[in-house]
Amino acid sequence: MAIDAATVKKVAGLARLRVADDRLAAMADELSTILTWIEQLNEVDTEGVEPMTSAVEAKLPRREDVVTDGGDAERVLSNAPKRDKGFFVVPKVVE
Amino acid sequence: MAASTSLTLKAAIEGLRARAFSAEELARAHIAAIEQARALNAFILETPEKALADARAADARIARGDARPLEGVPLGIKDLFCTEGVRTTAGSNILNNFKPTYESTVTSHLWRDGAVMLGKLNLDEFAMGSSNETSALGPVVNPWRSRSSNQPLTPGGSSGGSAAAVAAELCLGATATDTGGSIRQPAAFTGTVGVKPTYGRCSRWGIVAFASSLDQAGPIARSVEDAAILLTSMAGHDPKDSTSLDVETPDFASFVGRPVKGLRIGVPKEYRVDGMPAEIEALWAAGIEWLKDAGCEIIDVSLPHTRFALPAYYIIAPAEASSNLARYDGMRYGLRVDEAAPLRDVYEATRAEGFGTEVQRRILIGTYVLSHGYYDAYYLKAQRVRRRIADDFASAFDRVDALLTPTAPSAAFGLGDRTSDPVAMYLNDIFTVTVNLAGLPGMSIPAGLDAHGLPLGLQLIGRPRDEGRLFSLGHALEQAAAFTAKPERWW
Repeated sequence: MAIDAATVKKVAGLARLRVADDRLAAMADELSTILTWIEQLNEVDTEGVEPMTSAVEAKLPRREDVVTDGGDAERVLSNAPKRDKGFFVVPKVVE
Repeated sequence: MAASTSLTLKAAIEGLRARAFSAEELARAHIAAIEQARALNAFILETPEKALADARAADARIARGDARPLEGVPLGIKDLFCTEGVRTTAGSNILNNFKPTYESTVTSHLWRDGAVMLGKLNLDEFAMGSSNETSALGPVVNPWRSRSSNQPLTPGGSSGGSAAAVAAELCLGATATDTGGSIRQPAAFTGTVGVKPTYGRCSRWGIVAFASSLDQAGPIARSVEDAAILLTSMAGHDPKDSTSLDVETPDFASFVGRPVKGLRIGVPKEYRVDGMPAEIEALWAAGIEWLKDAGCEIIDVSLPHTRFALPAYYIIAPAEASSNLARYDGMRYGLRVDEAAPLRDVYEATRAEGFGTEVQRRILIGTYVLSHGYYDAYYLKAQRVRRRIADDFASAFDRVDALLTPTAPSAAFGLGDRTSDPVAMYLNDIFTVTVNLAGLPGMSIPAGLDAHGLPLGLQLIGRPRDEGRLFSLGHALEQAAAFTAKPERWW
């Protein structure tokens, strides 16, 4: 399936990933090549086949609802690009 | 016996226990070898001080008779495993200065067992690649060279650094990960043994996630027995990974040397692909004969959906990656770009600058196939094809105990040879991705050299949780192949 530069721009927006305007057409070509190659999956009859969501036959295990970690702000903040007084400092979120 | 980097891991353990040499001597030999091998670019970060501290602690334990299973054994760690306090990059600019505040479960097992850390090994960025050419820290060079050319070759990927370091004798073994072939294909390209265990055998906690339903950690080593020893330490149920199998870890080394007489080996006809090099066909036929000689019964089988595995993988893996890599947003860790801009611009600029081209491509594909209007046609379709592929294997395993195939469709190729066409690069994984989709254990064993003197591997695929049988069969192949070739040192 061929996708165009406008679609790449839209998808890049969804992925919060800037693709430079002068790269959009080239990226559209590369992605179209891959997506066209992928289309051969339509040859497979999958009528009535359950999607396989996991590689392991298991029920989701549960644990006791108790605190086992945390309470160490220094560790949590140690890789912060910007921090202040025990907080992550981030761009303004609410206008 | 002297402290040498040429020892097998098994021999080194014996030498340390027998006090033939100290862990510190062994660590120093490896540190020196690593310094001399920087041209390979296998290590992103060398940790010689940590290695010596680990080694001295090991010597103290050995002296008082308290040696643990890997006491004093120097290992390399793929830079996808979080190592507490030690820089972990995932081969990416977006994590260029990241220092984890916790240890991955798999590496914590290795330190629990007394291993020594030599450093963090290079890889394709976020494990996305088959040649170690997408790393933001530069490509890895295969220690092997063609007889007819000095052209630098790829060690394969994504665990290129791990495979190159083991082959060049810079460590006695290495951790690696495999999502579509990233342990097995580099092992084949470097003449080493690589094992991807059953999905869930090793904990994924603390491993930088690429595709959560496919990722699995495993060892790369210079012998089947060495790989078995490493996997026994790496594996084990982890309550922090809800996909971790709640089963006892067998002593995998005990399966090495067990007779394989009477085992039924399947040869899947769909793995004979158009354009397959004659040498690889010939090696596959040799492997079949070796197992026959060892008393195995050879049975032709069919895995009809084999050719759909790669396209299914290139929907599922990017989809899962687009979700897993959403966390790299410049807020809590990693790179942040364009600090003063509005929030959305910081996200977009950070990710555009921090991620390389292949990673961006896969995030975009993944986002597209999961987006409204396409989810059913692509993602659900791929999940259904995945079940068909898994069912093919399950049917085959009614009639056989293991499958034998080539590992890769070629020997190591030149750096830069396949970077212009993403699909050409993806085809490197044609024999390996099926195994990740089905969650099965797979192993690559070095089996021969091609006409240019480059290593070729054979792959064994087993039933879920049947790594033991693969170690027995792998050892039988290893004995028959008698692969003693080593890369000629040019560095």
